[in-house]
Amino acid sequence: MGKVVKINKGLDIPLKGKAEKTITPVEALTYALKPTDFTGVFPKLLLKDGAKVKAGTAIFYDKYNDSVKFTSPVSGTIRAINRGPKRVIEEIVIDPDGNQEYETFEQANPQDLDAAKIRETLLESGLWPAIRRRPFDVIARPEDEPKAIFISALDTHPLAPDLSFIAHGKGKEFQRGLDALSKLTNGKIHLNIKAKDKNSGVFTNAKGVQINEVHGPHPAGNVGTQINKIDPINKEDIVWHVNVQDVITIGNLFLTGKYDATKIVALTGSEVKKPQYYKLINGASIEPLVKNNLINDHVRYISGNVLTGSKIYDKGYIGYYDHQISVIPEGDHYEFVGWAAPGFNKFSISKTYFSWLRPGKKYRIDTNLKGGPRAMVMTGYYEKVFPLDIFPMQLIKSIMIEDIEEMEKLGIYEIAPEDFALCEFIDTSKTEIQSIVREGLESARKELM
Amino acid sequence: MKALRDFLDKIKPNFEKGGRFEKLHSVFDGFETFLFVPNTVTKKGSHIRDAIDMKRTMATVVLAMIPALLFGIWNVGYQHFEAAGSNPEFWTIVGYGLIKVLPIVVVSYVTGLAIEFFFAQIRGHEINEGFLVTGMLIPLVLPPTIPLWMVALATAFAVIIGKEVFGGTGMNILNPALTARAFLFFAYPAFMSGDRVWIAEKADTFSGATPLANAANGELAANPDFFDMFFGFIPGSIGETSTALIIVGAIILLFTGVGSWRIMLSAVAGGLIMGLLFNLWGANEFMTIPAHHQLVMGGFAFGVVFMATDPVSGSQTNKGKYIYGFLIGFLAILIRVFNPAYPEGIMLAILFMNVMAPLIDYYIIQANIKHRAKRAKLKTT
Repeated sequence: MGKVVKINKGLDIPLKGKAEKTITPVEALTYALKPTDFTGVFPKLLLKDGAKVKAGTAIFYDKYNDSVKFTSPVSGTIRAINRGPKRVIEEIVIDPDGNQEYETFEQANPQDLDAAKIRETLLESGLWPAIRRRPFDVIARPEDEPKAIFISALDTHPLAPDLSFIAHGKGKEFQRGLDALSKLTNGKIHLNIKAKDKNSGVFTNAKGVQINEVHGPHPAGNVGTQINKIDPINKEDIVWHVNVQDVITIGNLFLTGKYDATKIVALTGSEVKKPQYYKLINGASIEPLVKNNLINDHVRYISGNVLTGSKIYDKGYIGYYDHQISVIPEGDHYEFVGWAAPGFNKFSISKTYFSWLRPGKKYRIDTNLKGGPRAMVMTGYYEKVFPLDIFPMQLIKSIMIEDIEEMEKLGIYEIAPEDFALCEFIDTSKTEIQSIVREGLESARKELM
Repeated sequence: MKALRDFLDKIKPNFEKGGRFEKLHSVFDGFETFLFVPNTVTKKGSHIRDAIDMKRTMATVVLAMIPALLFGIWNVGYQHFEAAGSNPEFWTIVGYGLIKVLPIVVVSYVTGLAIEFFFAQIRGHEINEGFLVTGMLIPLVLPPTIPLWMVALATAFAVIIGKEVFGGTGMNILNPALTARAFLFFAYPAFMSGDRVWIAEKADTFSGATPLANAANGELAANPDFFDMFFGFIPGSIGETSTALIIVGAIILLFTGVGSWRIMLSAVAGGLIMGLLFNLWGANEFMTIPAHHQLVMGGFAFGVVFMATDPVSGSQTNKGKYIYGFLIGFLAILIRVFNPAYPEGIMLAILFMNVMAPLIDYYIIQANIKHRAKRAKLKTT
């Protein structure tokens, strides 16, 4: 039996717009692969626009790790390669041809394969990028052997989908995926599940893994929290982690020999008329989900959740790792002496606004920064929502002064920007903490990797 | 409000780069953001943010000081008429208090904000709200008889030497308001100590000694009873006398989560323990004062609630806060009893611990680093 992890420090932000538990299949008009989803990857294109692709056809690879390939989720034609500032490739847009054709890969029980073959199959099919590593929160390197692999079977972000619901009925694929991953490490696979979740049969029946129970508010569902509490990363350790749906896709790959990028995402947020789950192919345009389905049109579309997701536009594409779309109001308006208002409608972890008089209320929070950037003044504040055995403010400050040695001592190897998302949310000085953490990770990675 | 917004939008270009009043950009920005929460949206990272910002935080601290300020205004009047032997009605007392106290508050704010605006402009950053608190703290820790030019001088000293030379808000080592008080205490001791300064326009025949001074002189019998001291009907600095209303402020700070309960709790514990130790020793009359009396005398309560909890100059780690707070309480009573020349032990205790706080934090953080390094070694063996 595994460990029981109890988190007290944290915060569940009560937002409106939780997804109703119905799944509707949708087909999008366009799909895209976004190299910007993969931190640290320098994309080298293998195909030009106009090229025909099948699901699983490699489109680009990483210049620094040339065995890591990124493949098309659908069969069709590459319509455009959209570049941003400095000619950075932002989107590779693919028009589907309607009859999904697949590249064929190794179809075998992973238990009969050796690690090299599993590695090769994952690399060729484009599923390797689903495996990410700590330190540095980037795609795993094929030549490494991790001391453990973590799979979080609960997402505690605001309005996050219920992973037990998503994985329901996919026990066989999930187990195959676990079997494949277990060949890649001599250490344990930690499957961390929500405590007292009766519908998590797929997870509780999993074999060959250590099942740990996690209790508490967000960030209990973050792998960073789980790693720190269950098997912390020390110097020179490498830990990998994979999303639940990607384990299922990996299992499916070995069952069928196909890269089937179908996944379930939750459409959430206060501005959505009917928040619910959708079944779609990874990289789909969100247009069919949000068209005629919004209460208000002055909104921000986010691939992912409101704390860590990335901003996309109304016809933008769902990110490689995301299983949630959030739509929230834009907050580009002034508020007359807003800082002095009683604030019955303003959510705050502090009780400085009178919203504490309304416990249980769900909020419609917009994107306004709600104040101006200031020097860091408050202390002991981040600690309220940061359960890791790390000093958050001291680590952030060590990154700001670019002291790599100090960052190392204070625990930079264990963390990812998402672990600091709540600190950023509650910060009175409105510092962009997640970007700072990413900069710190990248400068340490360039030094050491 | 639309008209006001339109007006601000119209004049705004004048204050931006290349505008006619470019040099007043920070001032304009200060007023604009005071009137309107800006329309800035999140760009990177978390798409939503908590409603709290620095203005709300600092406004909450100022709000927590208001009960002590209002009582201070009344008490300045009350002590004056008491000393004069007359007993006028409530509003006359308050009116007298206002005439004495309000100018001190105004001078403190005007001097400090002018300097803040100036530094914000030359440094090219937004005006920090921290001075809203400092500007209120300074008058509350001064005697009502303080000359206004001294208030201005001390405020300027505190803001420039206490804060700006270290890099501004968030960078200072010492609490700025206490820096102002310490500056006056050492530069103009005649105006900051003794029996003459605590009551405005005191008749010479009336004693006017604070309970602390009585205790230091071994005249305990002259002290009022516990509840008079607790509610604050005693001479002293403007805002420090009423422990009851300071507790109201403490409740506001703790309930809203703005002040640190760790510091307050451990400072009170430190003060009580030192008081009890002195009770056991009992070598002089000061040592025999019951420990809970020590807590309501002088500026102890005010210092613990409003000064020790300053997040910038205090200890920044949660464990460190317990040590920092405890030593403040402990040292405050120690200094007060052992050195009658400095009856206001709390001021020196906090300033001393401000200096020590980074050291405390250093050891707390090193302990974390060591235990993490040890975790790695255990693994390999």
